[in-house]
Amino acid sequence: MQETLFGKLTLSAIPYDNPIVMGAIGAATAMGLLVLGLITYFGKWGYLWKEWFTSVDHKRIGVMYIVLAFVMLLRGFADALMMRMQQAIAQGGMHGYLPPDHYDQIFSAHGTIMIIFVAMPFFIGLMNLIVPLQIGARDVAYPFLNSVSFWLTASSAALVMISLGIGDFSHAGWSGYPPLSETRFSPGPGVDYWIWSLQLGGIGTLMTGINFFVTILRMRAPGMTMMKLPVFSWTILVTNVLIMLSFPVLTVALALLTLDRYLGMHFFTSDLGGNQMMFLNLFWIWGHPEVYIVILPAFGMFSEVVSTFSGKRLFGYHSMVYATVAIAVLSFVVWLHHFFTMGAGANVNAFFGIATMVIAVPTGVKVFNWLFTMYKGRVEFTTPVLWTLGFIITFCIGGMTGVLLSVPPADFVLHNSEFLVAHFHNMLIPGALFGYFAGYAFWFPKAFGFRLDEKWGKRAFWLWLVGFYLAFMPLYALGFMGMPRRLVHYNNPAWQPYLLVAAAGTLVILAAIVCQAVQLVVSIRNREALRDVTGDPWNGRTLEWAVASPPPFYNFAHIPHVQSLDAFTDMKDRGVAYEVPASYQDIHMPRNTAVGVVLGGIAFAFGFSMIWHIWWLALGAAVGALGALVLRSADDSVDYILPAQDVARMERERRQLLAAHEQADTSSESHLAHQG
Amino acid sequence: MSTIAQSHETLGHHDGHDPVGNATFGFWLYLMTDCILFSSIFATYAVLGHNYAGGPTGHEIFDLQYVFAETMFLLFSSTTNGIAMLGMHRNSRTQVVNWLVVTALLGLGFIVMEVNEFVHLIQEGNGPDRSGFLSAFFTLVGTHGAHVSLGLVWMVVMIFQVMGKGLTQPVRSRLMRLSLFWHFLDLIWIGVFTVVYLMGVL
Repeated sequence: MQETLFGKLTLSAIPYDNPIVMGAIGAATAMGLLVLGLITYFGKWGYLWKEWFTSVDHKRIGVMYIVLAFVMLLRGFADALMMRMQQAIAQGGMHGYLPPDHYDQIFSAHGTIMIIFVAMPFFIGLMNLIVPLQIGARDVAYPFLNSVSFWLTASSAALVMISLGIGDFSHAGWSGYPPLSETRFSPGPGVDYWIWSLQLGGIGTLMTGINFFVTILRMRAPGMTMMKLPVFSWTILVTNVLIMLSFPVLTVALALLTLDRYLGMHFFTSDLGGNQMMFLNLFWIWGHPEVYIVILPAFGMFSEVVSTFSGKRLFGYHSMVYATVAIAVLSFVVWLHHFFTMGAGANVNAFFGIATMVIAVPTGVKVFNWLFTMYKGRVEFTTPVLWTLGFIITFCIGGMTGVLLSVPPADFVLHNSEFLVAHFHNMLIPGALFGYFAGYAFWFPKAFGFRLDEKWGKRAFWLWLVGFYLAFMPLYALGFMGMPRRLVHYNNPAWQPYLLVAAAGTLVILAAIVCQAVQLVVSIRNREALRDVTGDPWNGRTLEWAVASPPPFYNFAHIPHVQSLDAFTDMKDRGVAYEVPASYQDIHMPRNTAVGVVLGGIAFAFGFSMIWHIWWLALGAAVGALGALVLRSADDSVDYILPAQDVARMERERRQLLAAHEQADTSSESHLAHQG
Repeated sequence: MSTIAQSHETLGHHDGHDPVGNATFGFWLYLMTDCILFSSIFATYAVLGHNYAGGPTGHEIFDLQYVFAETMFLLFSSTTNGIAMLGMHRNSRTQVVNWLVVTALLGLGFIVMEVNEFVHLIQEGNGPDRSGFLSAFFTLVGTHGAHVSLGLVWMVVMIFQVMGKGLTQPVRSRLMRLSLFWHFLDLIWIGVFTVVYLMGVL
């Protein structure tokens, strides 16, 4: 009876006996309760529900994605901190404070969270916020689907979080290789948590990929040909192609592992005709393009930042576009370099090794383009520019170690060592995360109408940069000294000094993250001083700066006609940037809906019940999801018309605000003139 | 209803918003991603297809005549679906509903035959947990079957929508996409029939 009702779930699933886990649960619960309590105290539930949770506005959804990314960054970083502390002390007779079983879960969760629930939602959030504005569109192609995508991502992040307190998480690494991830070696719910959170989040991401591909291809402002498309939107377009091509393969890899675990099939088992290497191939056919999925958008952000703050058009726009496409194509022919040691033979390894090296060429093109953009420009050293410069230098080092790893004989030596850990952090932290931080500082005023505090932003940057070098450069040396990755304990005193430096580096990064939190608080407190009424705080070049900050929910009262790359600069040059249109037209807008949140909740219930084998609930959730979709499809009043007089009123209010601001400015020094 | 359909028409052109065109294009893209999903499973079948692990081979368990009959159900359902779509273009609700019912029945026949084949295999001890080959076989054929089953649910919903709402713009757009989906599944089945059954027996 109990098994029918609760499946494998019993009270013993809660790890009472583990003080570290219980402490983490206590802290997470306390923080959660604090947030919930504050919302209740200020009576904001109705506002959140109506204006945010049920919103189909791409800007709101974008902000929610970024909030999710920051929350998960804290979790993923806490994992990193714990691992570094463990390795700093677990030498010889000391065994550290983490038992192996727990340590394995931490590194598995760290990788999964940082890639799937930090990097992905962070860039998808910025893409949601900016891309429709940048291409002069009022919305995305499928606003409702966008809401569903977000809630699927949020509910799968919730699954990862809940694994902390109910059961455990996978201990099989973020890549979940079989046969370790098979039932025989991992009978608990950990691997299932990993499977279902990746699977549900992946489906959400795939739908986002389709959504933004269609948005960019079909909803650009008139006159914006593909070669006038801003470079950030180009990188997003290509990223979405990668998402569409690669995520279905992840779906299959996870589904086959699920079938092995749930129905006793033999895809990847060690007996009865299974083949583990098939999983590795499928996983990395998704996994390698995934690296570019998180890095290409950051390249786009760096490009926008460099060009805006150098006051120049981006150098080599066309080569930037072609380089992006070339990287995307090559990203599909390098997956085998993740397992050169499989034994595919010299010729196969040579092919994949050379293909890997070739990627350095288009990436190099991009680096030179950024440098030449700054050359003879009037570079303003704002926080976004600092992130960009830190990225260029650090990323080049990571790229060189990557070329080193792409040589199969060298890889045989360095495979699975700390060298590899150093290499991919050296690519992803500057390549992806620094880019998102640049984009966050760059576009924050667009989302909220005031800038972020520069002083705390710069402190955060320097601490991140120094912390990064301290934390990861020693790992290169450790790799050469033969230290394998994922060790919970070691017997080699020569390694310890390097691991102590790495641990110190992690503490510096902790200080950097504290600075970022302080920056947010200080900026909100000083928001009147940091206020930007113009909507164009940086003398921007692309269309997102043509609208107010925060933009009206309909984005553009009048869709601009694009005549040039850097459309907004061109409009300012021609003096038509703030032109008042002769008349306004009705605007067609999508209605908010709760179906997205409901589907997210159902997906969570489905994932949770599948993990714990609560079959009745899984079936109920599946039927419920289908029912919600059928009901939604029967509802034809999903949009409404915003009357032209309302648009005119809102636009008039904005112009009055602008005029008042300009009057105040002419007495002292014009803000715009100062920036230009 | 009709005012909304009209508002799409009139507003569609000058604000760059063309919901029906977007929906159709997006659905094509979804189908292409589904194509990649199937090709990954095909690839897995190609790798594991001879890992019998002492169990039966395809030659021993496939009944080509039975599968051919099954195939005919699906192929003819595509034809009848085409006739339903012709009805949509002629604005004939009855033609759409009647031929969609025929299509659904043919699709149901296909599914019943497939389930019957699966049940027999499992009863004889040749279930998906018998060998790598059988895991890949059940998963490839079963994934296609799951798609067809969801397509059937969709078709039933559309039959009710056509009866209840009439052939409005959104309903037409959905019928169009359902039809794309149905033909796509036909195409995948041609691949399954060839790679799994024909190559397994011949």
